[in-house]
Amino acid sequence: MTALLEVSGVSKSFDGFRAINDLSFNIGAKELRAVIGPNGAGKTTFMDIVTGKTRPDKGRVLWGERSVSLLKLNEAQIARAGIGRKFQRPTVFEDQTVAENLTMALKAPRGPFAVLCWKPSRASETRVAELAGEVSLADRLTHKAGELSHGQKQWLEIGMLLAQEPRLLLVDEPAAGMTLAERGQTTTLLRRLAETRAVVVVEHDMDFVRRLNCKVTVLHQGAVLAEGSLDHVSANPDVIDVYLGR
Amino acid sequence: MRIRKHPSALVFLALLAVFTLAMTLMSEAYGSGVVPTSTIKTLGKTLCLALAAVAMDLVWGYAGILSLGHMAFFALGGYMIGMWLMYARTGEIVAATLANSPIPPTTEELRQGITGQIFGVVGSADLPLTWAFAGSLPMQLLLVLAVPGLLAFLFGWLAFRSRVNGVYLSILTQAMTLALSLWLFQNDNGFRGNNGLSGLQNMPGLTDVPQSMISIWFLWASALLLAGGYLLAAWLTAGKFGSVIRAIRDDQTRVPFLGYSVEGYKLTVFTISATICAAAGALYYPQAGIINPAELAPIASIYLAVWVAIGGRGRLYGAVIGAVVVSLLSSWFTGGRAPALDLGFYRIEWVNWWQVLLGFGFVAVTLFAPRGLSSIIDVIADLRPPRRRGADLGPDISALREKEAEA
Repeated sequence: MTALLEVSGVSKSFDGFRAINDLSFNIGAKELRAVIGPNGAGKTTFMDIVTGKTRPDKGRVLWGERSVSLLKLNEAQIARAGIGRKFQRPTVFEDQTVAENLTMALKAPRGPFAVLCWKPSRASETRVAELAGEVSLADRLTHKAGELSHGQKQWLEIGMLLAQEPRLLLVDEPAAGMTLAERGQTTTLLRRLAETRAVVVVEHDMDFVRRLNCKVTVLHQGAVLAEGSLDHVSANPDVIDVYLGR
Repeated sequence: MRIRKHPSALVFLALLAVFTLAMTLMSEAYGSGVVPTSTIKTLGKTLCLALAAVAMDLVWGYAGILSLGHMAFFALGGYMIGMWLMYARTGEIVAATLANSPIPPTTEELRQGITGQIFGVVGSADLPLTWAFAGSLPMQLLLVLAVPGLLAFLFGWLAFRSRVNGVYLSILTQAMTLALSLWLFQNDNGFRGNNGLSGLQNMPGLTDVPQSMISIWFLWASALLLAGGYLLAAWLTAGKFGSVIRAIRDDQTRVPFLGYSVEGYKLTVFTISATICAAAGALYYPQAGIINPAELAPIASIYLAVWVAIGGRGRLYGAVIGAVVVSLLSSWFTGGRAPALDLGFYRIEWVNWWQVLLGFGFVAVTLFAPRGLSSIIDVIADLRPPRRRGADLGPDISALREKEAEA
């Protein structure tokens, strides 16, 4: 299986603190992966590097069949290349309606002039309604996003990510602040999404990771400590030492 | 255009048309003569200022870029049209003088005569390179849009690419307009230093037409331009483009992850807004009659921001209301027509105290009507949010609170 995203030998220091230390990581085109690790293990920095928010000091990040280096692209270009990111706190545009939020995210040319000439079509309106239905917001299309509850905002943001049709989805702590029922819905959704694309979930909650039932990568001090099924890594003495044992 | 989504555009156009027609019917040239020509000129200029405010609202109210140098583009537009007006008008005068000489003047002699007339005041005998196209109206009209547009593009490209934001960008725009003003003040730069360009109210080829008629023509031109600029701005802010720039205003760190280039959008809006401003300036200065580098002083651009803030930013008619109300009040108070207020121990002369009043007005609007004077329209149109007495807008505690929603 060829990798969709290939991170190799990446390092990044902040004022002498090595947040990422010679990290290598691969993910296939249709794979669900959980990334776990204690605080400060470099999970968020890893996501920042892949999405272009942070530039690594050294190493390579290659993307897609043509092995494009992501280090030469900015955030917007990386997003257009097909990497979507779900932030820990829901970040939707609260002053705009659910429909406007989703329309903005719909896969379409992103240049200023292309957007100026863009007109809503029947297809785009159907797609927005479809997406809203998928994230249970169908009756809220004309409401401002600011009026939604926390969980609904999380769902709206997921809907926006789906609208972008990314090939790789990076999800930062999706279970945080969700009720038990919402967590169940979220695991189902993530597993379904992983059937058609790559999904990387960064998570603290071990129960949630267990329910995802996928390959797990354990990060520690900016490097991969162990990789494999959850039972496999849980049995690893190093992992027990730094993470699970606490 | 989704008029359905923007009924305010239609109402605005109707009001503008009624106003312009009414003024024409009351003018000295075409109507009863109730309204003097000087007032018609003031109103025409006010419409141009309103368009500049619309342009300012586009960058500040919609895209969140607080540009405090927008009047530089306005004045540059004025300079570009002023060059043609002055050159062509001086050309007519010089030709009339030389016509009496026994030998008909050559083009070169004519050119030298014009140069002497225009630049004698700054002690120069050569026509500067910047005036190369001054004899051609189409070229200067093109430059009206091209020069400020290019300046805005270069400035924006450098600033936005380096991710200069917020207060730092505002300071940079102030520096830009100040630097440009100081540069224009120099006599040897070909823009007549602090003399500026004058006599712009005299239209070349229209010597026989009285100012009372010309002022009405300019009023109509200003109204048409304002209508066009308003529609353009309404179109820009209506669809997905408007959605993206408002998203940039509200959370510019999130937008790139949707695939939109924040820098590209800011640059586009900034440049479009600068050219709208320049077009407004090109109609303003022929009505004002004179332009000099003081027009580019940083304070002028700050006033523009104050108008938009007082009128209500983030809505186009708010910008128009702010510009019209404040600039008309300003010319009433500073024109010496406002009756002085006698307090017994002190006499308040409004010419001196107007700015203090404006300052208090600004503070009052910011405190009591954060949405500006245009919130009056909300009251009229019954757009006011229901009184919730502090209850949440949404179903649970993380939804916007009433206070947040109002801000």
